[in-house]
Amino acid sequence: MQKYSGFGLLRHALTYHENWQRVWRNPKPKKKYDVIIVGGGGHGLATAYYLARVHNITNVAVVEKGYLGGGNTARNTTIVRSNYLWDEAALLYEHAMKLWEGLSQELNYNLMFSQRGVLNLGHTLQDMRDIHRRVSANRLNGIDSEALDARGVQEIVPILDCSASRRYPVLGASWQPRAGVARHDAVAWGFARAADAMGVDLLQQCEVTDILTEDGAAIGVETRQHGVIHGDRIGCVVAGNSGVLAKMAGFRLPIESHPLQALVSEPIRPLLDTVVMSNHVHGYISQSDKGDLVIGAGIDGYNGYGQRGSYPTVEHTLQAIVEMFPIFSRVRMNRQWGGIVDTCPDACPIISDTPVENLFFNCGWGTGGFKATPGSGHVFATTLATGQPHDLARPFSMFRFHNGALIDEHGAAGVAH
Amino acid sequence: MFYLFCPYCGEHREEEEFHPRGQAHLSRPEDPDGCTDEEWGDFIYFRTNPRGLHHEIWVHAVGCRKFFNVTRDTQSYEILETYRMGSAPRITDLNDKQQSREVQA
Ligand SMILES: Cc1cc2nc3c(=O)[nH]c(=O)nc-3n(C[C@H](O)[C@H](O)[C@H](O)COP(=O)(O)OP(=O)(O)OC[C@H]3O[C@@H](n4cnc5c(N)ncnc54)[C@H](O)[C@@H]3O)c2cc1C
Ligand SMILES: [Zn+2]
Repeated sequence: MQKYSGFGLLRHALTYHENWQRVWRNPKPKKKYDVIIVGGGGHGLATAYYLARVHNITNVAVVEKGYLGGGNTARNTTIVRSNYLWDEAALLYEHAMKLWEGLSQELNYNLMFSQRGVLNLGHTLQDMRDIHRRVSANRLNGIDSEALDARGVQEIVPILDCSASRRYPVLGASWQPRAGVARHDAVAWGFARAADAMGVDLLQQCEVTDILTEDGAAIGVETRQHGVIHGDRIGCVVAGNSGVLAKMAGFRLPIESHPLQALVSEPIRPLLDTVVMSNHVHGYISQSDKGDLVIGAGIDGYNGYGQRGSYPTVEHTLQAIVEMFPIFSRVRMNRQWGGIVDTCPDACPIISDTPVENLFFNCGWGTGGFKATPGSGHVFATTLATGQPHDLARPFSMFRFHNGALIDEHGAAGVAH
Repeated sequence: MFYLFCPYCGEHREEEEFHPRGQAHLSRPEDPDGCTDEEWGDFIYFRTNPRGLHHEIWVHAVGCRKFFNVTRDTQSYEILETYRMGSAPRITDLNDKQQSREVQA
């Protein structure tokens, strides 16, 4: 693997940047792999990377129907935080946060991970009670978290309208200073490049059309472009398409797929250097390094596999943004798009074995899985390497919807991704 | 913005008047006390979540406030029919567009 550095950049400038090595190979599928990962989004690629790096399992294929990172990974609003309420979720997301903190160096790839802090606003007395409760729970779990009053919020974001005369006045917020944003594509590409260098086959343009089983155990996948590929263990990491893959294997999941959209404005001068989210007025915003405002919304209520969002949601979201930031009322929006999110009834993921032996699913991250990308891959690699869940993943079995051990993170998830 | 035909109001109304309420035709277990945890969990949480034809419940939230059923394509978002609670869908196969046109007419 060619090492990236400032010096390398200079050296390649001398040859007009014409001699850069390809970032990964484009291999022919083998007949059989130790592990097949279906879905080449951030989570699938991270899983492949940690399988190779931590468990020395390199006879691995990542099977992706489109291009790497072209699903929700490329469509999200890149917020990374770990201030979840319940121990199980908080520990999982904090595990991811710790991995994020060293990841650019580890992957030798600039993930543009920017710990600029995230504010979750409170607009009602109940919001504030919930915030205080969550902040306390975070602190007990060793996660940096503070409760601020309106003055404290105003100091961090001078352009936020914190006046008491608003229809939904800002009463305060939770504040996680280590939270922030990262470059979404870079995460997929960084993991892909490092996994490829260790021998993982990244098979793009290869759609899984069936999961092959024998005596109740998965033995491989049927693909549209390359026929049958056999695997000892199969991990499905296909986000919004999880229900489709589960159907191939003959079972259902407690998951429904919804469109979730985001939009960005024309680029403007830097004036928002943190992330502001509000569950109550239902919108969130940050500013990218390019200068565009990155704005996110709630899901469309109906089930949908169309990668686009509805207009009423755009309208509601922008109302929320203008309620918080009257200063943005005349900013023009440039682009709008959608992804398909796999929402789970308790707003927590599923990292689990399934009714089919040797077949595992990592899904249900819904509106908020980008932040978990390295952690999700790290723990799922343990599942695929050993057949047993990592301790942090154990509570996230799909069978919690049978035994009732749900982890209700609707409060911390909400619109907040 | 799309329009949905409320089978009770007998009119097309804007999407904003309605709320979707998930998969239709799920029947509550007949003998709740005799159900296993698996059966209860399946009824409450597990869904088919199809990519394609979907029968689902909507409510005319700011209209007549009645619940009704919709057959919809979750990929193209085409609405194929709407029908009252308690009745069966006429369209159960996406390939049957002709059937759909008759219903819409
Ligand atoms: C608009 C929007 C905003 C969001 N904002 C945030 C945020 O701010 N913070 C946050 O933490 N999270 C956010 N999320 C959620 C986050 O994007 C996802 O949880 C996360 O990216 C999921 O990663 P993944 O790798 O599991 O899925 P994906 O990136 O979707 O990857 C799944 C892959 O599987 C492939 N696939 C599907 N079916 C098949 C098949 N049959 N065969 C082969 N391949 C297949 C797809 O092509 C896709 O590439 C947001 C999501 C959206 C849509
Ligand atoms: Zn009506």
